[in-house]
Amino acid sequence: MSDIKPILEVRNLRVEFPTRRGLLVALDDVSFSIAPGEVLGVVGESGAGKSMTGAAIIGLLEPPGRIAGGQILLEGRRIDNLPYQDLRRIRGREIGAIFQDPLTTLNPLYTVGAQLIETMVTHLPLNPAQARAKAIEWLELVGIPAAAQRIDSYPHEFSGGMRQRVVIALALCAEPKLIVADEPTTALDVSIQAQVIALLKRLAREKGTAMMLVTHDMGVIAETADRVAVMYAGRIVEIGAVRNVVKHAAHPYSSGLMGSIPPVSRRLDRMQQIDGAMPRLSAIPKGCPYNPRCPKVFDRCMVERPELMPAEGNLAACWLYADGAPAAEAKHHG
Amino acid sequence: MARTQGAMARFLDSDIWYSFTRSPITVASAIVAFICIGGAVLAPWIAPHNPFDLASLQLMDAFKPPAWTEEGDPTYWLGTDDQGRDVLSAIMYGARVSLLVGFCAVLLSVSVGITVGLAAGYIGGTTDAVLMRIADIKLTFPTILVALLIDGVVRAALPREVHDQIALYVVIFAIGISNWPSFARTVRGSTLVERNKEYVQAARVIGLSRSRIMITHVLPNVLGPVLVIATLNLGFAVLAEATLSFLGVGVPPTQPSLGTLIRIGNDFLFSGEWWITIFPGIALIVLVLSVNLLGDWLRDALNPKLR
Amino acid sequence: MADATPMLETRDVARFFDVSRPPLQRLLAGEGKRMLRAVDGVSFSIPKGTTLSLVGESGCGKSTVARLVVGLYSPTRGSVIFDGRDLAEARADSTQRRRMQMIFQDPYASLNPRWRVRDIIAEPIRAFGLSKDKAEIEARVGQLLTQVGLSPLDGAKFPHEFSGGQRQRISIARALSSNPEFLVCDEPTSALDVSVQAQILNLMKDLQQRLGLTYLFISHNLAVVRQVSDRVGVMYLGRLVELAPAETLFETPRHPYTRALMEAIPDLDMTGRQRIPVGGEVPSPINPPSGCPFHPRCPLANDRCKAEIPAMMPARGTPQTLVACHAVEEGRDRMGAPLVEAVG
Ligand SMILES: Nc1ncnc2c1ncn2[C@@H]1O[C@H](COP(=O)(O)OP(=O)(O)OP(=O)(O)O)[C@@H](O)[C@H]1O
Ligand SMILES: Nc1ncnc2c1ncn2[C@@H]1O[C@H](COP(=O)(O)OP(=O)(O)O)[C@@H](O)[C@H]1O
Ligand code: SF4
Ligand code: SF4
Ligand SMILES: [Mg+2]
Ligand SMILES: [Mg+2]
Repeated sequence: MSDIKPILEVRNLRVEFPTRRGLLVALDDVSFSIAPGEVLGVVGESGAGKSMTGAAIIGLLEPPGRIAGGQILLEGRRIDNLPYQDLRRIRGREIGAIFQDPLTTLNPLYTVGAQLIETMVTHLPLNPAQARAKAIEWLELVGIPAAAQRIDSYPHEFSGGMRQRVVIALALCAEPKLIVADEPTTALDVSIQAQVIALLKRLAREKGTAMMLVTHDMGVIAETADRVAVMYAGRIVEIGAVRNVVKHAAHPYSSGLMGSIPPVSRRLDRMQQIDGAMPRLSAIPKGCPYNPRCPKVFDRCMVERPELMPAEGNLAACWLYADGAPAAEAKHHG
Repeated sequence: MARTQGAMARFLDSDIWYSFTRSPITVASAIVAFICIGGAVLAPWIAPHNPFDLASLQLMDAFKPPAWTEEGDPTYWLGTDDQGRDVLSAIMYGARVSLLVGFCAVLLSVSVGITVGLAAGYIGGTTDAVLMRIADIKLTFPTILVALLIDGVVRAALPREVHDQIALYVVIFAIGISNWPSFARTVRGSTLVERNKEYVQAARVIGLSRSRIMITHVLPNVLGPVLVIATLNLGFAVLAEATLSFLGVGVPPTQPSLGTLIRIGNDFLFSGEWWITIFPGIALIVLVLSVNLLGDWLRDALNPKLR
Repeated sequence: MADATPMLETRDVARFFDVSRPPLQRLLAGEGKRMLRAVDGVSFSIPKGTTLSLVGESGCGKSTVARLVVGLYSPTRGSVIFDGRDLAEARADSTQRRRMQMIFQDPYASLNPRWRVRDIIAEPIRAFGLSKDKAEIEARVGQLLTQVGLSPLDGAKFPHEFSGGQRQRISIARALSSNPEFLVCDEPTSALDVSVQAQILNLMKDLQQRLGLTYLFISHNLAVVRQVSDRVGVMYLGRLVELAPAETLFETPRHPYTRALMEAIPDLDMTGRQRIPVGGEVPSPINPPSGCPFHPRCPLANDRCKAEIPAMMPARGTPQTLVACHAVEEGRDRMGAPLVEAVG
């Protein structure tokens, strides 16, 4: 696995928002990488920093937000410190973005064909006629029926699910190396969701594209992702193979999160819940940020912040997995 | 006690106060507006002279230029007018009248505008269509024209003494009634948004009456933009009053406003006694400008999207 | 023992919306009125102390049913009966109106941002004149806040000082303050994170047990519905297509649409089951398809389906289930087998 060079590598990323009430650290020490053809799912409660991570990678942090530390590398090349113009080119050519609301991504004034053709002509060595043929191919590929006829339709003539598929075609048509998809299916109905997910997954596989899939829907992650990163209060608290994280989450927060997903297959008398709420960025507790809600908290958690460490096949930021942790022993006995 | 302290602390900690302290122009215009309004309100107590006390007027003091000029008299800082009245004091008293008219007119526009806007937005349907068409028609008439019309009608209908007595109210009515459509439109717009929010539906499920929902739930949530327009409108109303008075159809000369002072002084502009009209003019501009700058800031501060 | 009168009953209730263009434009374009059939003939009843859930995709008319049931909309056709009385009559009487309350989806829009939490919660108490005594109201508000897991001290705060989950707790406290017996919950957890969703669902279950509440629960999430319901109704394009006891519905879904929905649920258990997307799009309720509204997407559709609207009737094999489908009636629904063969 290590001989394949990752497409995206994020190292110790730190994003800050200077505000008048002091400095808010929105992302702190976030590190991960995505290999070609791999889908990394990113999950967590709202406000955990999922979208922020995506925005930092695409270079679309909203001011006054800024990258205050760490590196973002695309195929080994740093992209976090590039001038705006270079970044814009990379964003279209090498990084594709898919957002939650398809309407905001598509320009209502142009036909979907025109938007696809323009993107391709800008980024690929194609003339307009070739690009048009290619655009029809893409629309067929994402499952728009009668693509040759519908290529000259305007976005509002499509339904929500079809628009999101057009957005996917638009993000993929320049054949980027990396796709950042932020809640691509949240605005869609369950029945349409399945179509879109299946499509994304297939395309990423076929084209060898790396994908960062941000969502709060664990079901979607379980189906689509190869690995998953769980975020909490601006940090990655656990990262590992999707099967392992879903079935044997090591970090108490991840296991709480997995446990609170209601199953369709049976009725529970009482659902497992995580008490309390995620802290605000301005009031992240000292030590482990999860300590006020953690059922397994012990004295070390209150003072020292845990780094990611090997834990049951994953990496988890939790002192339970440090060598000689009292609770780790207690856990093995219990 | 503790509660008012808490409210004060909250205010000093609020984003509004923060953005206020961060804008030097706003702070400056607030200070200027405060001085203008304070000077006007407190005129009877702090004005150096009483320009309406006929006993103290002396014709030999007439046409004195400002104190710093060669012929100036240090008791009259800004000089005196044709009847020997202290220009500074006249400005202070005049601003009092101007502001009184302005405030009352805005108050009238606000009340009519809020009532119409709330009803149109909340009830909707035909009520909305009718009220908004009236507002549209109203908007096509310039304020001054409406004011002249109302003034003309009142003059024609009432004997002169009665007219002079109620002239002030006529002006307030004329200006106030011509500005309500802008309030009505804003309030209607916000009401349309608020009435579909779930907190209004929750109140409807309880079974509260329409008017109660409009007043207790919708109204507090649409007041922000109204406050902004009201501030901007205060400037317009003061200007409109000055224009009317300048045209001679405004407040009666027995209670001269800034506009009246400018009109009176205007006769002497070309004979060299410039200060009689220039100082009231400057006072008017400073007052209107500072109030408008405050309004602009308020609009930006209350609208996070503009920042 | 148990009161046999249902808490709530709807009989063939329908609600249409006029979405025509303005009269002048319509005249110029020579087109008629356009009616959107948001709800078109829905009948169900909810026995006291139980939960009926409605599921379906967005735009299928769930919220419209909720609003019809609490009287925010008046029905275009049919009737709503609240505890044996016509709804309009019941709502005219404040002692009856007090007995029903509603919880909304958006925790950010459902609380008046200018009011303090204690005034929000006390509003129904004051509106129904349940108490006039200040101290008594304050005590009651404190008790309600405690009941939903907040502190009485929170009453002095404004809604923006709370998280989404906490706001939903405040909404629940407000709904409970008039001692209602019937709560309509329109997607109460859809805007919340899963971890918080579990908190709210647990709270709602506890309250139901403790206070004997009756719920009409609306959601698009089948897994959530399974956790809370006694009976479940599945809606499609303004109609109920299946109504069954929860266990029956989840173990043996009968209507092709219900089966497709179940198959579309992501597989969290990762059994390797292939998720089969429902093909096609949700049609527009302005121009619903002829016959069975599901026929353009239904793998079992035939000519009869295109012409004839199926009626709700007990299903063969699972007589507890009411289902509106010709295939089920004719016994050609391949019960127990996959709806569509997975294409390799
Ligand atoms: N006041 C209204 N005027 C016109 N159309 C309406 C109105 N209220 C609802 N509709 C339409 O009725 C249909 C059903 O709406 P409803 O809100 O009940 O859907 P829903 O199932 O709750 O969907 P969601 O999950 O998106 O909330 C939709 O097509 C909607 O656009
Ligand atoms: N403009 C901003 N100023 C300050 N904080 C912000 C801003 N935008 C986002 N944040 C904060 O950054 C955190 C992460 O946000 P985001 O990545 O959008 O969360 P998610 O996508 O996981 O829901 C949140 O706590 C959010 O409140
Ligand atoms: S470090 Fe401590 S508080 Fe944090 S998750 Fe692990 S056990 Fe819980
Ligand atoms: S009636 Fe026909 S079209 Fe409708 S669900 Fe049944 S089989 Fe499918
Ligand atoms: Mg997000
Ligand atoms: Mg709804």
